[in-house]
Amino acid sequence: MRYGKYRFIASFLAIPLLLYVVFVVSPYLQAVYISLTDWRGFSPNRNFIGLANYAELLGDGRFWRSMWHNAQLLVVVPIVTLGIALFLATMTTVAGRRGSAARGGVRGSRFYQVVFFFPHVVPLVIGGVLFGFFYNPEAGLLNGLLRLVGFDWLTRAWLGDTTFALPSVMAVLIWIYVGFYYVVFSAAMKSLPTDVFEAAVLDGAGGIRTFVSITLPMITDAIKTSYIYLGILMLDCFALLQVMLPDGGPDGSTEVVAQYLYRAAFTDGRFGYASAIGVALCLVTLLLAVVVLRSGRRDRVEF
Amino acid sequence: MTRPRPGLDRRQFLQRLAAAGLLAVPGAGVLSACATGGGGPTTAAQGDVSAKNPLGVAADAGLDVVIFKGGYGDEYALFHEELYKKAYPQAQVKHSATTQIAQEMQPRFVAGNPPDVLDNSGAQKIDYATLAAEGQCADLTPLLDAPTVDDPNVKIRDILLPGVLEQGTYGGKFVMLNYVYAAFPMWYSKPLFERNGWQPPTTLDEMMALCEQIKAAGISPWAYGGTNAADYVFDLSLGMSVKQGGPDVAKKIDNLEPGAWQQDVVVAGVQAIEEMVRKGYFMPGSEGLKHTEAQTAWVQGKAAFYVSGSWLENEMKGIAPPDFTMTAAPVPVLDSGSALPVTALRTQPTEAFIVPARAKNVNGGLEYLRLMMSKEGASKFAELTASVPSVRGADAGAGATPALQSVTAALDAAGSDVFSWQVNTWYVNFYKSVLQQQLGNLLAGRIDANTFISTVQSEADKLAGDKNVPKFQR
Repeated sequence: MRYGKYRFIASFLAIPLLLYVVFVVSPYLQAVYISLTDWRGFSPNRNFIGLANYAELLGDGRFWRSMWHNAQLLVVVPIVTLGIALFLATMTTVAGRRGSAARGGVRGSRFYQVVFFFPHVVPLVIGGVLFGFFYNPEAGLLNGLLRLVGFDWLTRAWLGDTTFALPSVMAVLIWIYVGFYYVVFSAAMKSLPTDVFEAAVLDGAGGIRTFVSITLPMITDAIKTSYIYLGILMLDCFALLQVMLPDGGPDGSTEVVAQYLYRAAFTDGRFGYASAIGVALCLVTLLLAVVVLRSGRRDRVEF
Repeated sequence: MTRPRPGLDRRQFLQRLAAAGLLAVPGAGVLSACATGGGGPTTAAQGDVSAKNPLGVAADAGLDVVIFKGGYGDEYALFHEELYKKAYPQAQVKHSATTQIAQEMQPRFVAGNPPDVLDNSGAQKIDYATLAAEGQCADLTPLLDAPTVDDPNVKIRDILLPGVLEQGTYGGKFVMLNYVYAAFPMWYSKPLFERNGWQPPTTLDEMMALCEQIKAAGISPWAYGGTNAADYVFDLSLGMSVKQGGPDVAKKIDNLEPGAWQQDVVVAGVQAIEEMVRKGYFMPGSEGLKHTEAQTAWVQGKAAFYVSGSWLENEMKGIAPPDFTMTAAPVPVLDSGSALPVTALRTQPTEAFIVPARAKNVNGGLEYLRLMMSKEGASKFAELTASVPSVRGADAGAGATPALQSVTAALDAAGSDVFSWQVNTWYVNFYKSVLQQQLGNLLAGRIDANTFISTVQSEADKLAGDKNVPKFQR
């Protein structure tokens, strides 16, 4: 019986597994192999050069600088995005009171839900183009608004300023992603059992106390998953930057690893080196997932 | 809570992953061999050579043409394909137009299945130096020695405009036909200048004086797109330097000679830009604009001058006001003792057409290029794109626009005094990540001319010693 069961399962898994190996695993392995060669990408000629690409990568200032930009994105964007999303989800899902003990959103929650989700419907590339106009130093909305309220000293060439270019891009990313995580957190909060909240109300807990002691611990998994997911997006970040600042921003102040990789492959014709960058990026991504999943591991609350 | 975990735990998972990895590694070579391996040289189609068919085209062989559909569109290519079909009615001509040249063509080159004609241009073009160094381009010498379509006594090489041969030669072999003859002047709106009584300057002093007047009139003297096209201003800076010191100034830079960027005239050109920045001659906020946004501000009259290639009018079609009358003027000289006359112009043949070495129909590809250079083919191109093709005898007829007329006049005035540099096509990465970036810093006032020169020189020295980058000499 046992034997038969495994054969049964194996026969169902064989084809998907084969597809997975061919289309998912093999490209990764090829990338690793290519990263050990000096392949230039436009002919079949390539030589095996061992770890030379990786050795070069270690001493490549531009690579580390791009990595640093990704690191900044990785810290700032998820924290702000998830923070705002949590706040909005709490407000529209559990912060209001309905009757004596039941909870619900504040007035007009359904309207807010649509409004908050809206930016996520806009494709990333369109968002980039829109915000390009928004930040336009002469005709842009942002400087226009600042002048209107008399804050002329704040106006600047946002995307042309080494200090403000990366934060300007971060703002766009936050704008785009808040809506999605808002929906994720709202759904997680809606599935929480009402009796716990009723008990909290009876015990006299206020809104903030309820959030810190009940809501937050019970949706930790959703937050962690969101952080990993958003973190992976921040380690990539190619599309938006390629639209807004295709040449790495003022003095290279916004170039990210994915753009550097792209340039190594398609401008420089060094696919071997580009693959090495890709493999390094992949390792960093895996590391991120492991660290986040391990952090604050504890028993799951069952309800 | 000691609830057994369903499925694998992480440790087991990692162990099995490692085991799978070890098993799979020997297979990796096989796998990548099928994805990145390629066929050997193909046997190209061959026909009989005759007076009507000097390149030996096989009349029934198909022709696969890939066109970069950018500023010039692809209508002109459809016309050229019609010419080919007229000459070889049995041939199937396949036309594709794209902007993603490198991404779409890369797998085809690797697999040994490239098109027969490739217009390798635009922002996503395949790096020329790589393509040439990898031996992927057919030698175009047979084309140069073939007679023109219009006159059997004239060879193709005799109708090419100056610079086309040099531009397409890599490592001593002519492999790229740059079909468009781009000039890089300063641009202004003629009516605007006439209204204000301004004259395009011929020396740096005149330019500084004019900039002061323009600024006093309440508009910015210059605009540029700092987020992606600060390098356009090189045409002003290095252009002035080369006119002052002669073509060797640029040659030294291209050949990565030690101290090339420290030549006095080059330093003077960069210092001129620094002074213009200090005096506020560039439109405020330009460092945060894309080239398209900067150009738009310029045609809206917010700035007086813009420097760019001769595709500018076509690019701003429909955005510039109808009475803008875009007009070209050569960049000034540093002072009256210049090596080249004021009328000298930087020209650079662009829009590189290649015939891949492993194309199935190499002869057909060469023949297609020959037809492109016929009077009929070239004139139609000029008419459709308002641009100058890089062969003599093309005539845009009645359709000539103000910008095209002014470029043609400037080219006539320049005569043989045309110059160019190759550093932007030979060392794209250096050009973008060093020159463009440092020029952006200079224009935004983040660095001064001295820092610019020392940074660029040390990066150029580094490049000269980098064995990963194929080198060229002229």
